[in-house]
Amino acid sequence: MKDRILNSQEFKSLVRSKNTISLILTVAQLFIYFGFILLLAYNKEFLGQKIYGPVTVGIPVGIGVIILTWLLTGIYVAWSNKKYDQKVSEIREKLVGGE
Amino acid sequence: MQTVLGQPTLTGITFFLLFVFATLYITYWAAKRTKTTTEFYAAGRSITGFQNGLALAGDYMSAASFLGIAGLVALKGYDGLIYAVGFLVGWPIVTFLIAEPLRNLGKYTFADVVAYRLKQRPIRTAAATGALITVLFYLIAQMVGAGSLIKLLFGLPYEIAVIIVGCLMIAYVLFGGMLATTWVQIIKAILLLGGSTILVFLILLSFGFNYIELFSTVTKNYGDKIVQPGGLITNPFDAVSLGIALMFGTAGLPHILMRFYTVPDAKEARKSVFYATGFIGYFYILTFTIGFGAAALVGQELIMKIDKGGNMAAPLLAEALGGEIFLGFLSAVAFATILAVVAGLTLAGASAVSHDLYVGVVKRGRADEKQEVKAAKIATLCLGLLAIILGIVFKGQNVAFMVGLAFSIAASANFPALLMSIFWRKFTTQGALWSIYTGLTLSVILIVLSPTVWVEILKNSQAIFPLKNPAIVSFFASFAVGILVSLLTQEKEAEAKFESEKIRSYIGVGAE
Repeated sequence: MKDRILNSQEFKSLVRSKNTISLILTVAQLFIYFGFILLLAYNKEFLGQKIYGPVTVGIPVGIGVIILTWLLTGIYVAWSNKKYDQKVSEIREKLVGGE
Repeated sequence: MQTVLGQPTLTGITFFLLFVFATLYITYWAAKRTKTTTEFYAAGRSITGFQNGLALAGDYMSAASFLGIAGLVALKGYDGLIYAVGFLVGWPIVTFLIAEPLRNLGKYTFADVVAYRLKQRPIRTAAATGALITVLFYLIAQMVGAGSLIKLLFGLPYEIAVIIVGCLMIAYVLFGGMLATTWVQIIKAILLLGGSTILVFLILLSFGFNYIELFSTVTKNYGDKIVQPGGLITNPFDAVSLGIALMFGTAGLPHILMRFYTVPDAKEARKSVFYATGFIGYFYILTFTIGFGAAALVGQELIMKIDKGGNMAAPLLAEALGGEIFLGFLSAVAFATILAVVAGLTLAGASAVSHDLYVGVVKRGRADEKQEVKAAKIATLCLGLLAIILGIVFKGQNVAFMVGLAFSIAASANFPALLMSIFWRKFTTQGALWSIYTGLTLSVILIVLSPTVWVEILKNSQAIFPLKNPAIVSFFASFAVGILVSLLTQEKEAEAKFESEKIRSYIGVGAE
């Protein structure tokens, strides 16, 4: 049974798609956070500019990092709940014998 | 402004006792349902994704982040937000890379996953050491914080506060195991999120629900500097190093990882991180507002008069806006916050001792349910007492560096081994051992030589290692050494097991 699962196209594409999504989102998260940190280190003036009354650029950017962080996990969970779980149950039914 | 902060008030004590009785009753209820190892370590895997999301948030949002970050924002403004963001950004890493495989491959601890296809005894020893040291540093920081915060809030002597916290946390974990701990964390998360939401509502109420007015007031009183990035990030290497520790450390904290075993399957584990990230993010946005609210409505002068570090900004604001009753409520919430975190830490530390070291290493995996639960309870008691003693020993010491150190060890000893054992076929026992011990020793040695310890605590004039957090070195070194040693030492057996591990990791066949 093991070999049948491992050699099946379905399982291979499942692993590939999941790893791709995880990798892309991880890189996106690293980019967002370390981008923010490096912006702070190298261009404080930009973040300190006022855009609306007393509100500086840094405030929506900082809050934005928090919201984006949450959105990225949301994208991952939505994809997994919809696509990934469906593929898993297909594989289970076809190859494991519908445990 | 007159304040009753630091005196035991009737409302404060009432809320406090209410919380203590409620949680002890839950512990009594949970104790009847906590007999087997799965029940003790993992609440019988009966927690739903949503509940676990709240409990994860309750496990993670410490009093230091509630009172500390609000205070930091009140005194330093924008820099407090930068600090808060760092504590959130690790959660996606947990979601994308760790939560599901961890749930599918392990049983009770993250060492289960690292040891899955490698040699049990040496790996469990190493992983449990990493877990235990992470937990201990985090726990000392929390206990010392607990003692001083409760003293400021209720006027209780430091030692008494530490002993009360210690005894309650031992009671929850010893009798109620993971089930009681989970519900303490859920209640605390609801109280903390609810209390902060009310506080923010009251702030906005006094500014006519005009958020911009709040910023106008603080900039009018304290200048534009308060809404601009200040001195927190000056050296980019320092900032990136701390960022690495926070980001990957979150994915290596034993008490957080352990929570994923309390849900029935990987799908619930994944959902729970999404909820947790939402709750924690929302909480930090509230905290940011509370900090500015305190600066505007209480004033920096009074906040610093009560506590130089600003820790009392949120309670003072609560009193200014909601009177003695709201202050009493919020103080009890802060107390609940401390308890939920230390209980989670104690349980994680105790499982490393009983499940990994005692059963896995000493008994070579051959112990029955009864023996293991007994070992876990003895470990809980010992660790709890140790936490009380260390909390008292470190009274008045500067322990702020310990949280950074705990995150650095989690990021460089626990996380790399966990990640490579899940994703890399050629990872070997020797590779894992070298990776864990490299991350661990480098973190500890470099932090001693860093400005935070070498200069601030040991009073030398110049630091030998220039950065405040060692993670930028220890994290990459741990990966490099782990990869290099694995390539030099082939382990055919482990490679062969990787395939069956993959089936279990990706589709959950055979998961417990």
